[in-house]
Amino acid sequence: MVSGLINANPVIYEKKERRARTAPSTFHDEYAVEPIDQQEDPEYSYSLEQLKVVTEEAIEVDDKRNYVRVTFTPTVQHCSMVTIIGLCIHVKLMRSLPSRYKVDIRVAPGSHTTVDEVNKQLRDKERIAAAMENPNIVHLLDDCLAPSFD
Amino acid sequence: MELKEIQRLEGHTDRVWSLDWNPATGHAGIPLVFASCSGDKTVRIWEQNLSSGLWACKAVLEETHIRTVRSCAWSPSGKLLATASFDGTTAIWENVGGDFECVSTLEGHENEVKSVCWNASGTLLATCGRDKSVWIWEVLPGNEFECVSVLQGHAQDVKMVKWHPTEDILFSCSFDNSIKVWADEGDSEDWGCVQTLREPNNGHTSTVWALSFNASGDKMVSCSDDLTVKVWGTENVGIQSGGGFAPWRHICTLTGYHDRTVFSVHWSREGIFASGAADNAIRLFVDDNESQVGGPQYKLLLKKEQAHDMDVNFVQWSPGEKPMLASASDDGTIKVWELIS
Repeated sequence: MVSGLINANPVIYEKKERRARTAPSTFHDEYAVEPIDQQEDPEYSYSLEQLKVVTEEAIEVDDKRNYVRVTFTPTVQHCSMVTIIGLCIHVKLMRSLPSRYKVDIRVAPGSHTTVDEVNKQLRDKERIAAAMENPNIVHLLDDCLAPSFD
Repeated sequence: MELKEIQRLEGHTDRVWSLDWNPATGHAGIPLVFASCSGDKTVRIWEQNLSSGLWACKAVLEETHIRTVRSCAWSPSGKLLATASFDGTTAIWENVGGDFECVSTLEGHENEVKSVCWNASGTLLATCGRDKSVWIWEVLPGNEFECVSVLQGHAQDVKMVKWHPTEDILFSCSFDNSIKVWADEGDSEDWGCVQTLREPNNGHTSTVWALSFNASGDKMVSCSDDLTVKVWGTENVGIQSGGGFAPWRHICTLTGYHDRTVFSVHWSREGIFASGAADNAIRLFVDDNESQVGGPQYKLLLKKEQAHDMDVNFVQWSPGEKPMLASASDDGTIKVWELIS
């Protein structure tokens, strides 16, 4: 694994209070945020929400068109975990949303040195499927996702 | 014109990636057969009942591949079935009195194999994968296979390989946005890349997922993550008599018809090509005879929305007298369709 942290001094933000709710039949932006913002960043034990990697504003949900788009911002430009973070978000949404949903995940423009390359990989469901058959990747994802299932 | 659903086939327990019609079926009283392959690591064989017209699963090929089976292809004689898997192997199956036996396993790719295809005469097999290479295998007696070439050239993951319908020319398409053409340039089986169709020559601007030839082999259609479908053509199929290869050139690009990745295209013998896309729809395109010279030459014949509940991964027209269309989806089902007026 990495010997040094990619970002040794992350900025930590306040967690937002969320009211308890029953599972809705239609989805709005907040509900899409809830499953993913408690995901752990692969490098530390802060959540993606606390690091402002994912925010409510960066999530678009269109319930009528069954479409969710998440734009996430890694904490540093050269973050090498960016594909894993994207994969985590993808997996969590696939497990949380009905199968009729189309999910697009992308890195915020300008927020990473290889935005286009990463986005292209995250769009490729065949590569994602192959990655999900790799036990090492699955373990890493499960570790990141564990806090989000509480 | 309408695409009418004949039957919805369940059985696979994960997404269905691909299917292949057995080319030796569907005529002379032989019931139509096709094979499908899935993320559930199995291959299923489906046969049509001649009297009822309904489809049923005749066999499940399991406990061989240990990961997703991504692609399957019958040999031209219909006697052998090749299956390509994320486990890095390509298995060859033979129908021995109703039971399918794995008679050979082709190894060599460094990681996921994504596509397998037989040439027109059944003497060569091609495979490709995430290791960026394209392999050509020679079919020898006794179900032996020998690798005759490992072709490097693509800069990324190779998604599909397809032999030309009449000539021994191989086409491949990739995550690197290009389509490559490979031919055997001399007597010594020296395979090499004879052409690359890339962005500067009207090529795709994102991953190319699939390609298909028309019946005469002088036109090819490709589809991509760039949301377009492109038609290409050649003046002379194959190697010209004086030596040298006749290049393929771009004919037209169909833009604005798809708003999500197009995963599959297939050209029927009647000149209609079908597309399967990530918006769950199947679209049919046909020659536009009334088009202005120089303008697009293909038009949308029909769009079947919600053909499946999830992404359509693969579409293929059947052999036989009355062509049907089969489609495979992330929803785990296969559908058989009939085109009716």
